[in-house]
Formats: sequence, structure tokens, C-alpha cells
Amino acid sequence: MIALWASVSDARMFPTDVHQRSTTTTGRITPSQTHDHSTMTGLTLSDKVTLGAALLGGAAGVVGSFAVLRRRSLMGDMLAHASLPGVCLAFAITESRNLVGLSIGALVSGLAAITLVTLVTRLTRTKEDAAIGIALSAFFGLGIVLLSAVTRSRAGGNSAGLNSYLLGEPGNMVDSDLWLLSAVGATVLGVVLLLYKEFKLVAFDPQFARSQGWPTLAIDLGMMAAVAVVTIIGLPIVGVILMAAMIILPAATARLWTNRLNVLLAAAGAIGAGSAALGVRLSRGLPTGPTIVLTGTALFLLSLLLAPGRGVLARIVAETQLRLRIGRENLLRSFYELNEPALPGTRLIAYDELRADRHWQPWLLRWLLEQSIRRGLIERRRDSYQLSPLGTRRAAEAAKTHRMWEIYMMEFAGSAADHVDRSADTVEHLLPEGVVAALEQRLAAEGRLPAIAADVPASPHAM
Amino acid sequence: MPAILNAEGLWIVVIAATTNAACALVGSFLVLRRLSMMGDALSHAVLPGLAAAFILSGSYSIGPLMLGAVAAGLVATLLIHTLHHYARVPGDASMGVVFTSLFALGVVLVEQGIHGVHFDVKCVYEGTLELTPFWTWNVLGYDLPRAFVVTGGALSINALLVALLWKELKLSAFDPALATTMGFSAAAMHYLLMTLVAMTAVASFEAVGSILVVAMLIIPPATAHLLADRLGAMVLLAVFIAALSAVLGYLAGAWLDTNLAGMITVAAAALYGLAVLFSPRHGLVSAARRNWQIALRVVSEDLLAMLYRVEELGGQRRLGAAEAQSALGGGLLARWALAKLLRGGRVERAGDRLELTATGRESARQLVRSHRLWETYLVKHLGLPLDHVHQGAHRTEHYIGRQLRDQLQQEVEANAADPHGREIP
Amino acid sequence: MLPALEIHDMTVAYHRRPVLWDIDLAVPEGKLVGVIGPNGAGKTTLIKAVLGLTPLASGKVEIYGRPYRQQRRLVGYVPQRESVDWDFPVTVRDVVLMGCYGRLGWFRRPGRAERQIADRCLEQVGMTSFARRQISQLSGGQQQRVFLARALAEEAKIYFLDEPFAGVDAATESAIVNLLQSMRHSGKTVFVVHHDLQTVREYFDYVILLNLRLVACGPVAETFTPDNLHKTYGGRLTLLDEVAEAMRQRERAR
Repeated sequence: MIALWASVSDARMFPTDVHQRSTTTTGRITPSQTHDHSTMTGLTLSDKVTLGAALLGGAAGVVGSFAVLRRRSLMGDMLAHASLPGVCLAFAITESRNLVGLSIGALVSGLAAITLVTLVTRLTRTKEDAAIGIALSAFFGLGIVLLSAVTRSRAGGNSAGLNSYLLGEPGNMVDSDLWLLSAVGATVLGVVLLLYKEFKLVAFDPQFARSQGWPTLAIDLGMMAAVAVVTIIGLPIVGVILMAAMIILPAATARLWTNRLNVLLAAAGAIGAGSAALGVRLSRGLPTGPTIVLTGTALFLLSLLLAPGRGVLARIVAETQLRLRIGRENLLRSFYELNEPALPGTRLIAYDELRADRHWQPWLLRWLLEQSIRRGLIERRRDSYQLSPLGTRRAAEAAKTHRMWEIYMMEFAGSAADHVDRSADTVEHLLPEGVVAALEQRLAAEGRLPAIAADVPASPHAM
Repeated sequence: MPAILNAEGLWIVVIAATTNAACALVGSFLVLRRLSMMGDALSHAVLPGLAAAFILSGSYSIGPLMLGAVAAGLVATLLIHTLHHYARVPGDASMGVVFTSLFALGVVLVEQGIHGVHFDVKCVYEGTLELTPFWTWNVLGYDLPRAFVVTGGALSINALLVALLWKELKLSAFDPALATTMGFSAAAMHYLLMTLVAMTAVASFEAVGSILVVAMLIIPPATAHLLADRLGAMVLLAVFIAALSAVLGYLAGAWLDTNLAGMITVAAAALYGLAVLFSPRHGLVSAARRNWQIALRVVSEDLLAMLYRVEELGGQRRLGAAEAQSALGGGLLARWALAKLLRGGRVERAGDRLELTATGRESARQLVRSHRLWETYLVKHLGLPLDHVHQGAHRTEHYIGRQLRDQLQQEVEANAADPHGREIP
Repeated sequence: MLPALEIHDMTVAYHRRPVLWDIDLAVPEGKLVGVIGPNGAGKTTLIKAVLGLTPLASGKVEIYGRPYRQQRRLVGYVPQRESVDWDFPVTVRDVVLMGCYGRLGWFRRPGRAERQIADRCLEQVGMTSFARRQISQLSGGQQQRVFLARALAEEAKIYFLDEPFAGVDAATESAIVNLLQSMRHSGKTVFVVHHDLQTVREYFDYVILLNLRLVACGPVAETFTPDNLHKTYGGRLTLLDEVAEAMRQRERAR
């Protein structure tokens, strides 16, 4: 990120030279780099970048899942920003761009930021969100100050190393980076597998965990440390802001698809790795880091649309089905109630009478009537309708269920009524037998118990 | 790097202070509504708006850029809300998803759409505070730095809206549901606030860069929150602290010859740190001092009461200094407490023994009275067993003032003796 | 016989303001105990303090004559339902299995034996058919049953339930009460934070009446008397409250 800023401000420092801008600092793999065959793994640079990004994406997806579930999504963002002063100091001390040295510096200042946030939240009235924001901006501000000092002390020398650390420079991937990424990825995976049970318990119910004697604070810190390590290893590849995205996006995407924690972890890892690899492949001519993130975003949006259960389409379908079912039941009840004085006989009911019985949207009523005719529940004579024997039976059932629920809600459940999907099943299946019998008695006593099997002949034709 | 006290230097301080004040003004409401990270999110999410506005208008005049940025800010707010409420993505995760994605989109737009053209949106990033005095606009015949005009405008708009909508903002920050039922839509206030944040962020980018914007949206209000207990005082204090950070940061930055925006952020953080430690009511050091004072008072009162009880037993026995101190647990606290009592003329030395003075005896009497009244109350009204009341009363006696003592007196209806059978003095 | 739970001189303070004063009680084994008192009386605090979730300002807690820390395996806990995120991606059976985690210790995974325990506990609360459901699909009463099953899986001797009947339908409430009573019969001791005075006699055989301090503790017949109830819910506590407030005020501002 700084690289972009720096390139902008560099340009402004020399207003006459507005067209001169470095493009490599913005993290794009230039063609000359992609054809650079190299060294011991025997992979082309672009393969290496793909592999490295996939490793990073996978690790970030796994640790990010716990961060998202624990409502700590923005922790990655903070860590990424807060590592800058550590990086600068490490650079100043070691005088080199050694990745391990810089990462240790980053880790130290990142952990310092986490500690400060925890302390400030516990000891003062500053809330957690503000504490995170303070740590993020204060550490980053300090980092900028140190950066300018480091840059100056090297007599206007090349600070691209540090700058690229902030926007990310996947094109600089070397074999040792791949080894480091693999090692970190394997370690993270190992820790998560080993402590799966502990992480799950603390993430779900920390208080219960404490009552069982687990050291919840230490386990929690372990989860955060895992996020910190992955974030910091990823900084040189995708940069500060976009690293935060790699922590959040895969987990948020996977959450849309599954309700199981183990599946979630695996899926988030796979999605993270997949979108990172795909992003690198798609990034010809585009900056790599942002392309990885946008690939992840696209996957997220696609999932948001298509995922079963939580996806937008699935929910629209479910909502429509629910509305139709309620509509069908209401129609049957209308028929029953309009027929009730004449039962067991049935009469022709005019469309306008039906429409007046309830607040129908005309198109919905027409559509439901058509559907009911096709199902053999009613018959049409011009613009009037009559219940078939099968329809009479169904209508009586619908009316009975409804009336029993009404009484149950009013008399038995009290204010603490459990919410149940009351049109889904009949009362008999959901309530204890004694309650059902009592409800039937009440309805019978009021003369409102719909007769079903006894008086109404069963349907002569099959459904 | 500008010299410290020339015209340019003054302009830089004025511009930074204006910017910071504008940010702190709206930031106060973010911090109170626990939306601090929205400041961070929005200041990143406006990037695609800026880029799109630049591409479409082909210019970097402030109007289109501001429009693009505010539009992007509103889109981000809407997306975050939608993800959270309709897709059940947790609030912080939806914030993270939206702003990082928009930021990535912005970077790509900048890279692709603005090829070869200097993307000097006068806005982006680290800021070039050092150079702001050199770009001037002519306003009413005066040559004013452009950044000053822009951020001054943002500050004015913020101040005007906050003043006009003071009670609405206050109510919707405190109780959104109530605000909505009273006809001030909390949602409308939310979007208004986010518009102001996006607008302020963009107005400030050129001068100070995005990191200082985030810092100023959060740090001065959080500092003020540690110092003030009323909203009005907090907002004014936040603005003042923000401006003060600009002055201090500028001085330090110019002195050290380093990045000014970074230094101003550090200054603000340092002020926050000071507030954490020394805020009169909420500071850690103040709390520690208060604890020490309470402990000291408790120990000296215990000492007084002890001397009183010894006197009460009759006879000539009096405690010696060393004896009394060790009975109180010894250590610095006990020594200090005794010294304080001797200095305050409540205890005096009679040879190597300690003796209550008249004033000392009176305060000791009140303490013992509180103690025994409380014991009586516990036994009589709470039915606690006799052997349990002393400990509680021993702890409580230091907190029972005259008014409570009188109330206790009434409750226990003039018992002359405590439950252990000792006289209530 | 050793009392199942014994509390000595326990005082608990939040922000230095005492919320429980000098509690002193002992409850014998095999009782179904109602913890009764008005809102803000410190009922939940009592449970949390016993379980070591809230620090004690003074006093000590003993389970079967030994400090709580040594007897943790003997204690099961059902927190308030609202204390967790019910959208968390776990199944009903996963949650119940968590009851076995304490026994398993570090690193070991629940195996077949634990799964059998979990299934048995689910059966006891009548939730067998929900084992594979995700927890967000449960109703309030079902959530409560799952929490209860998790506590059963802890295979403890003493259970603490924090408001298990809050927001629960009548059928679930009576099912839970039946289960608790059968637990009592098999020698468990069960503490239940409870609000509804009407059902106290019917549900419990022992009560702890609480209002900032212990009002009474003993068998329902002798303890749940109008006099004690008046002491618990009636006035006369203003002074206790005022003293607590004075302590807080004096410590905040000189």
C-alpha cells in the first residue's frame, strides 16, 4: 500500500515528471519476471507465485475461520498494520531484507499490539473496537515515522524492499519463501488439528470451558497467535489491507455453505488456496494482490447467491414456498368456513365471495385456485367454485389444525410459547397426547371441531 | 522539510489542525456507537469511488471526486448493512469483506483506468502535508492553501450539521430504537454520519493521508471519552485534543525531520496514553493513587478504632507504636498511617505509648459507633448469626458516613448495645 | 456425611461494589435446590462464584469437603442460553460431546465411548432425533435441552443450572423438571436458579433464598415461608444497597 502512496507522492515531489512511475512496486508480475526460469525447485516464477499464494491462502482460510467465528475478523487488519514498526526496526537492526528477520520484527510488534488492545479493553472504558482502531493507526503512524527515518539514513537509498512489504510483491517469490510458507502452513495445520477440540470449545462457549478448568485465555491467545503468524508471513506477498481480506473472505464464504466446523475449516482452506491460485493466474497485467482478493470476493458473491440454506436464491425460493403454502392453507380454510353452516354438504362459492373473505392479492388467489383445481381439491363452474370430497377433507384438516393452534397459543402455552413452525406439521405430532385431547374437547364443546374422517368420505381417486 | 516557525510551517499546523478537528468531530459519534472500525473501513472503501470519478470526469477537481467518494462510502455502508442483516454474516466480518474488496477494486481501477496519467487525486494516502502550503486557491482575493479551503469546508459542514442535529445524533447514538420510535430515523442518522465520515476522509486525504484520517477519527474521541463524562464536553475535548496533536506532532516532526502525518498520529497516541494513565477519574495511575489513599485511610481508621477499644477496656494499658503497627499488618502502609495520624494531631505520643487526642477520640468514637450499629443491623434485620457480623462490619465501617449512621440508628431503634453486648458509643 | 456444597463467608464484588455479602451455607447431597430471589439478588453471581468464573472477594467454596479446583470433575454447569452464539457451525451432538472434553483432557479426541454417552444424554432429554441438526435450527426449549444434555455428559455429581426455564415452553419445562427429579433420585445434587415462586414447592425439595445476602437455606417445607419470602422480596434492604453504593462511590471519587 505504501508503495502506491510512495509512488504517488514521489511523483508529486517532482511535478515536472508526472508520467514517470514505477510499475513493479505495485506488485504486478511483469512479463520478464514470469519467464524467469530459476533454481532448485525448477518451477517458473509464475508457478512459484501460484504455489506460494495457494499455500498462504489455505493457511489464512483455516486460521481465519476461528477469527471470524470468534468475531475477531478485523484482528488480521490490525495485525497487518501494526507490524510496520517492527519491520522497520528489524530492518534498521539487521540492515537486510531477510524475510525471517523482518517477520520476527513484525510478529513482535503485532503481538505487542494485541497485548495493548487486550489490556486497554480490560483496564479502561475504551471499547474493543476503538482499541483496535487506536492500535492499528498508532502503530502504523509510528511505522511511517520509523520508515522515513530508515529511508533517510540510507541516504535516499532504495526502500522498495520495505515498500513492497506493504503492498506486497508476489513477483519476488524465491524458493526459500516457498519453504517458509510450507513450513508455516504445515505448522498451522498441525496446531489446528492437535487443538481442534480445544479451539472449538473456547470459540463456542468460553464460560463453559472455564467451568471445566480449561485455560481459556491461553487457548484464545493461541488462536490469535496463529492468525498473527499467517498474517505476517503473508504481508510480503499481498500487502497489508489485502492480507486482512485473505483472513476473512475464505471463512465468510465457506460459512455460507456449511454448518459443520470441520467442513468449514477444510472448505475455508480450500477456498483460500483455490482463490489465491486462481487469482494469480488471472492477474496477467493486473496487480496480483488485488486480483487475488477480487477473485475471493467473486467467489463470496457467487456463494452468497447460490449457497443452499443461506444463499439469496435459496432463501427467496424458501420464502416463496412458505407464502404459497400459507396461501393454500388460507384458501382451504376460507372454503371450510364459508361452507361450515351447510356441512357436510358443500355449495358453490363465487369468486367475489372468496376474495372478500380475506385480503387476497388477486393474482395469488387466481393462481392458487388453478392449482387447487389441478390437484382435484375444488371444481369450477363458471366463476364459482365447489369443494370436492377430497378438498372437503383437506379443508377440514386445515381448519382443525388452525383452531387447535389458536386455542393452544391462547390457553396452554402462555407467554413463553415456544416458536414452532405451526403450519408445517399437524398438532398431533408436536404436542403431547393429553394436550391434543384437551384441545379437541375444547373445540367440541364450542361446537367448532371440524369433522374429518367420520362425516366426510375419503377421496375416491388417488392424488 | 519546512522550518518550524515560518509562514509555511504555520499553514501546515493550521491545515493539520483543521483536518484533525473535522475528523474528531464525526469520529466522536463513531466511537460512542462502537463503530470505530467503520472509520477505517470507509477511508479504504472510498478508493474505487475516487478512481471511478477520476476516470469518468477526466479531472481531479474536488467536486466529482467528493461525489464519487461519498457514493462509494454509501455503497459500502449499504453493503455492510445488507451482508450483516440479510446474509447473517457477522458484523465485523461483513465490514472486513466489504472494505477490503472495495479497496482491491480501487487499486485495480487505479492501475488499469489511469494508465500513464498522474493519479494525483489530490487525495490519496500518506499525504503530503509538507507541500500543502504551496498549492493555493484564490478565495475572495486571498491566496489560501487549497487543502485549507477543502478541509476548512469539511470542518464547517461537520460543525454545522452536528450543531443542527445535536439532539438527534445524541439520541440515536445512545438508543437507536427509541430515536426511531420518536421519528428521528436511526437509519437515516447512520447514513448521514457515514456520509460525513466519507466526505471528511476524502477532504482530508490530500493533506494528511488515510492513516492519519483513521487515527483522528478514533484516537482523540477515545482520549476525550476517558476524560469527559458528558457528550458535549467529550466532543469539544476531542476536537481540542485533535488540534493539539497537530501542533505537537508538527513540532516533533519538524524537529526530528520526519514524516509529519506519522508524527501527528504518534502525538495523538501519546496523548491517549497519557489519558489512560492520568485521567483524573478513569486513569490507571489515578486509580492506583486512589487505592493507596483508601488503603491508607482504612488502616489509619483501624488504628484509631483500635486505640479507642483499648481505652474502652478501661485500665491503664496503652499500645506502643511498634505494637500497634504490627497489629495492623505492619509494613509501609501501617507506618505511613501512624505518621499521618501523629501529624494530623489525632494521636500523640505519651512516652513510648500512643494516646488519642480529643479530636482523634471523637473520630474513633464515630467509627466504633458505625461498626456496632452495622453489626446490630445485620443481626436484627438480616438475621445473620452473631459470629459472622464482625468481619463484614469491620470492612464496612469506613464507608458509613453520618447520614447512613443516622439511618442505621433509626433502623435499629435506639439499641444501646451491639449484639455482642457492648455499648454503642 | 459431607455436605455436597459448602460455602464459607463468601463475599463477591463487581467493581468493588459488593453484590453478595458474607454468604454461608451448606447443602447436603441428593437435593434438588432452588436458588430463589428477586432480580439483581445475585443468583447468577452465586453460581458463577462457586464455579470460579467470578473471583471471590473473600471466603471459600468446598465441594464434598475439598476446594472446588480439586473437585472440578464432580461439577456440571448449564449456563444461560444467551451466553453463546447459536449460529455457531456445530451440530447438536457436537455440543453434547463438549461435556466430555473436561474428562478427556488435552489433545485427546472424543471416541466411540464418548459418542455413546452423548447419544444416551440426548435420549434422556428427548432430543435423539435432533442429533445431526445444526444448533441454529433449534427452538428455545430445544436449545435448553441440548445444554442440559451437555451437562449430563459431564457425568458430574453436582449440577448448576442458570435459569433453565427462561424462555422455554411449558412442555419443555415439565420435561426438564422430571429429568431433574430423576437425577436427584439417583443421588445427584442439582442447583437451579429459578424465578417463578408459584412452582417452587412443586419442583424443589430444598431452597436457597437470596437477596444480596443469604436470607435462608434449608428444606422447602421449613424455609419457603411467607416470613422468609418477605425478607427476600420485601423492603428492609435499602440500607444494604446504600452502603454498597457508598463503598463504590467513596472508592471512585475521593
